[in-house]
Amino acid sequence: MKEKSGTTSGFRKFLYNDNTVGYVFAAPFIIGFICFSLIPILTSFYYAFTDYSLGTKTAEFVGLKNFLKLFQDEVFHKSLWITLKYVFLSVPLKLIFALLVAFLLTRKSKMVTLYRSLYYVPSLVGGSVAVALVWKQLFARKGLFNTVLDGLGLNGINWFGDQGLALIPLILMSVWQFGSSMIIFAAGLKEIPGTYYEAARIDGANGFQMFRKITLPCLSPIILYNLVMQTISAFMAFTQASIITQGGPNNSTMLYALYVYNQAFKYNDMGYASAMSWFMLVVMCGITAIIFKTSKLWVFSESGD
Amino acid sequence: MRLQKNIKKTVYHVFVIAFGFFMIYPVLWMISGSFKDNGEILRGTLSLIPEEWKLSNYTTGWKGFGGVSFATFFKNSFFITVVATFGTVASSSLIAYALSRIKFKGRNFWFGCMLITMMLPGQVLMIPQYLLYYKMNMVPGYMPLILPYFCGQAFFIYQMMQFMTSIPRELDEAATIDGCSKYSIFFHIILPLLKPSIVTTVIIQFYWKWDDYMGPLLYLSKPQSYTVSIAIKLFADSSSTTDYGAMFAMSTLSLLPVFLIFLFFNRYLVDGIGTSGLKG
Repeated sequence: MKEKSGTTSGFRKFLYNDNTVGYVFAAPFIIGFICFSLIPILTSFYYAFTDYSLGTKTAEFVGLKNFLKLFQDEVFHKSLWITLKYVFLSVPLKLIFALLVAFLLTRKSKMVTLYRSLYYVPSLVGGSVAVALVWKQLFARKGLFNTVLDGLGLNGINWFGDQGLALIPLILMSVWQFGSSMIIFAAGLKEIPGTYYEAARIDGANGFQMFRKITLPCLSPIILYNLVMQTISAFMAFTQASIITQGGPNNSTMLYALYVYNQAFKYNDMGYASAMSWFMLVVMCGITAIIFKTSKLWVFSESGD
Repeated sequence: MRLQKNIKKTVYHVFVIAFGFFMIYPVLWMISGSFKDNGEILRGTLSLIPEEWKLSNYTTGWKGFGGVSFATFFKNSFFITVVATFGTVASSSLIAYALSRIKFKGRNFWFGCMLITMMLPGQVLMIPQYLLYYKMNMVPGYMPLILPYFCGQAFFIYQMMQFMTSIPRELDEAATIDGCSKYSIFFHIILPLLKPSIVTTVIIQFYWKWDDYMGPLLYLSKPQSYTVSIAIKLFADSSSTTDYGAMFAMSTLSLLPVFLIFLFFNRYLVDGIGTSGLKG
């Protein structure tokens, strides 16, 4: 540790240099980024071109075979289609619902904070296995929903037995977890200056006009943020499908993440699963890029253009 | 006029409470189900009050599977969650300080990398990370569930950076004049002021990690090492008929830590999400 005075001061200078301090503090991230993101993603790019099974087969280069398989795999097509359906239904519904509830809870009242906490509960517990199991029971043949339908004189629905319906409970579960989007919207609503509304009222605008011309434009950057984040997390949905339906019936709820998981850990086809992961990455980059590109048309920025 | 206003107000509050009750009904139904008889649960009754209070669900559920009780599962979950949460806070605050306060070469590059990891879907990394840990002989084990958390979590780094922008730079400058190094500025000025952001991080990371299902599913194979989330799933897996009462009893217990934290810190949570944004 002890060094000669000359080098010590040199060392001190080095130690307190901004570059050193920066890299010392950022070191955990840089190491983690390289080890847990960069290296895995590059190696998986290689594995996508190989035939590889853990324990039984070492990675063997097979060229584009895995990607060609993607085009022929009917379950994969179904899985992709279902995932897109899940994302495009659950995300907008969730955001609209979150915005409505946030709007409902903007009143100046001491109770509002309490209400927000109450409405946040589904998001707090919704990701857990416990609630997924409850959900499965709610929509079961003799579950709560069918009891209600019976009470209304309607026929019970076989939610998880019908290919066309099985995705609905999963979408509803995702919409039900609107809490965090709601809180972000609520914070955004609080930021909109009351003077805007006053001015509009003087000009004779009604509630709906104010919502469309003031609230929505002012909130648009937050809508964009929620849209991007929720889209990404909807693409990743795994727990619910894995626990509630296991992908069935007849793969009608085989969400992408679940299919990748099955290929990798049920069928031990790591090469194919890697190819699927990469395909997913490209699809998601594409969709995120589209969202950002089109956002220029509807996101209102303060700097004005 | 005044009366009309009061009626409007009452209608509003009644509606919001009723709708909120409807929203948390599934959770309440689960809690009440933990005291119900299996037959009653399977009939799908709407009632939240059990016909007959059956506390034995808790004792039978607690016994667990194959001689491993829920005491073990809870201990495992707590261990993983507490260590991972600590790792997240410790590393993320260091990284956030570097990225928001220190002007070093390559800062923008690493900031960009951080944003990419924030947007990068975890499922894309699921397979390659698994293969990496497998090669490093860490599977099965707790390491893959803990280690990455000591390298910062992009979402929380970003949140802390946003919070740090609200800490006046004059404080740093004053401390520098007083002879503080950039290191001690972090420990003596930034870290104490960062407390609200740290509390938010602790709560959110705690319940994300506590609820995590995919991680333990991938990396744990022995019942002795199972977390609560995996253990609850075993109720539904068992080849014999599912004991729904016991399953709901353990489900309720599994959500208890999350509820307690939420109850004590929900102010921090709601404010924290509001200012920083939260996915999930």
